[in-house]
Amino acid sequence: MRRRSIFSLAAAVALASVSPIDTASAQQPIKIGAVAPKTGPLAAGAAITHWPNIQLWAHQVNERGGLRMKDGSRRKVEIIEYDDRTNPGETIKAVERLATQDQVDFIVAPYSTGLNVAAAPVFAKLGYPQITATSITDKIPELTSRYSSIFFALGATTTLARSVADVLAKMRSEGKIGNRIAMVNVADAFGIELAEASRPIFKKAGFEIVFDRSYPLGTQDLSPIVKGATASNPDAFVAWSYPPDTFALTEQAKIEGLNVKAFYTAVATAFPAYGAKFGKSVEGHLGAGGVNTESPEIKAYFAAHLKVTGKPADYWASAVTYASLQVLEQSIEAVGLDRKAVTDHISKSTFQTVMGPWKFVNQSIEKYWTVGQWQNGVFHGVASTGLPGAKPVIVKAGW
Amino acid sequence: MDILITGFLLGATYSLIAMGLTLQYGVARIMNLANGEMLVAGAFGAFWVFTAQSLSPYAAAAFVVPGAFLLNWLIYRYLLRPLVRRAKSRGMLEVDTILATFGLSFVFVGLMVLAFGGGFFTYSYLAEPYRIFGSPFGLNRLAASAAAVVICGALYWGIHGTRPGMAIRAVAVDPTAAELVAIDVPRVSAFAFALGGAVTAAGGVVLSTFLTMDASIGVVFTMKALIIVIMGGVGDVRGAIIASLILGLAETAVASLIDPGLTLAAAYLLFVLILLFRPEGLFGRRQS
Repeated sequence: MRRRSIFSLAAAVALASVSPIDTASAQQPIKIGAVAPKTGPLAAGAAITHWPNIQLWAHQVNERGGLRMKDGSRRKVEIIEYDDRTNPGETIKAVERLATQDQVDFIVAPYSTGLNVAAAPVFAKLGYPQITATSITDKIPELTSRYSSIFFALGATTTLARSVADVLAKMRSEGKIGNRIAMVNVADAFGIELAEASRPIFKKAGFEIVFDRSYPLGTQDLSPIVKGATASNPDAFVAWSYPPDTFALTEQAKIEGLNVKAFYTAVATAFPAYGAKFGKSVEGHLGAGGVNTESPEIKAYFAAHLKVTGKPADYWASAVTYASLQVLEQSIEAVGLDRKAVTDHISKSTFQTVMGPWKFVNQSIEKYWTVGQWQNGVFHGVASTGLPGAKPVIVKAGW
Repeated sequence: MDILITGFLLGATYSLIAMGLTLQYGVARIMNLANGEMLVAGAFGAFWVFTAQSLSPYAAAAFVVPGAFLLNWLIYRYLLRPLVRRAKSRGMLEVDTILATFGLSFVFVGLMVLAFGGGFFTYSYLAEPYRIFGSPFGLNRLAASAAAVVICGALYWGIHGTRPGMAIRAVAVDPTAAELVAIDVPRVSAFAFALGGAVTAAGGVVLSTFLTMDASIGVVFTMKALIIVIMGGVGDVRGAIIASLILGLAETAVASLIDPGLTLAAAYLLFVLILLFRPEGLFGRRQS
């Protein structure tokens, strides 16, 4: 049975068109399911980081002639897509549907921390490996001990916060910034978790938090926040922010003339649209993520991403998402379509990915980028948990 | 003083979001849940004009406004008119149109994802500081407020100062009685609905200069518009303007003086208070 998912207008769910079955042959494609937001609050992020990588990966695998199986045959991949409308209940339903009705061989992990955690039990129950590339949480040990099928590749919350403190502490020891931090966060799971994790870390590092406020998700005017932060006369500005507010905070900081030597905004700083929107004034901006933009693998990956999808890759989770698909690809080529064997293979082997060599330790990647910085028009990694290629941090010039 | 100006700027933003729905709900009696999507479509128009044509985003209004007017007229004529015809009471019409436009909002989201992709749409336009009494304000927000004043002023004059405007007000008060004095109610309703759509799309053009949009964000604006329309009193342009300003000032005051985390709570507290003490809205008429 061949199914082709298209974006349905009326209900925003996938419609299926069915054609007669060919007799089973080695030429039949491997079916890969994918469920992530195409509509809803996280759709825009998924459209930048998640969906293009699935498109790119499938394109590249099929152009090569397919996956090279153990018996020497080549099998193409076929992607079956569902929109979960950024609703965890829909994610779970779609995973079940992919497994039982579409009978896919593998399922790409969903997008974002929340949707991945919500879907973890159903992935485990149905026995599908779930290699997450867009979830950051401190609950990794808890989740991996409960579910042997889940894998993490983007890092942990506290590590992310500690890394920001380390970067700022280093700038302070070099005499580039002083002691005063203005911190704001979006009042949503991600922002609250990071703000709470970072408060004791900043204090322990000897920083003084001179401004500490949260704002509701979807606030249309952030100028009172930025006015307050500017009035507190900080040396560094740290925002645990989400995409729309990352853009709005930066624009407002420019308008208010918030002159800090270190300016950090979390999610979306790594998006190409951020650099495109603010042009030269982003030079020196710090943000979550980063990649080694000078590694040949990443350079080739960025070029292919732009060519195949027509859109530039982001400078953080895009490459991690693609690497997670490479892990799936190499595991299938090594051990075949047995999902149990593939899960075992993922947890034990070393993989060659665009992010360099990857080995899961206790089901999670231990070396990842934590802080990046815009330098000369690209967002390059400046801090990681042990990856090569970090650049020295520069001081933010004026606006 | 800072709070007053910032609050006014935010209030002007809100009035742009709500003005279209006031016309659509108040006059045409259509609770249009696809209103926010129309705003986002207008914003996309501006984004396209700015990035692909390198023109001022405000130039997009030249085709967005007539386009939205025509589209909304067609929607009313072919999708909503049958519902209006078969509705036996106002309550039934409201339920039917809420369901129909709710579905319509999904259609719009789907079309916009197809046409523009699902990513963020953001650009920098007039993101320069402009000093008033020594404090910097975004020039794009000031320009947007000026546009809001022009749009609201024109609507207010049109509705309270002209003869067709009087017909619109008459239909808003009582469609049956309006028919008795030879007002073509279906035509006036269609016009009000189309005008509301055009105003909303114009609001989208203006807001896109400082808000980051994506195809799915429309519902956020629909909710805000709903609150303002109900606070201001259904079908009253003045009420919507004043409710927008009150909301903008209250949110800014709370954010500056107490805690930015409480802005939403403050907005909904105001909403609940008004519903409790003036259920018909600030300028609404009591149902007899």
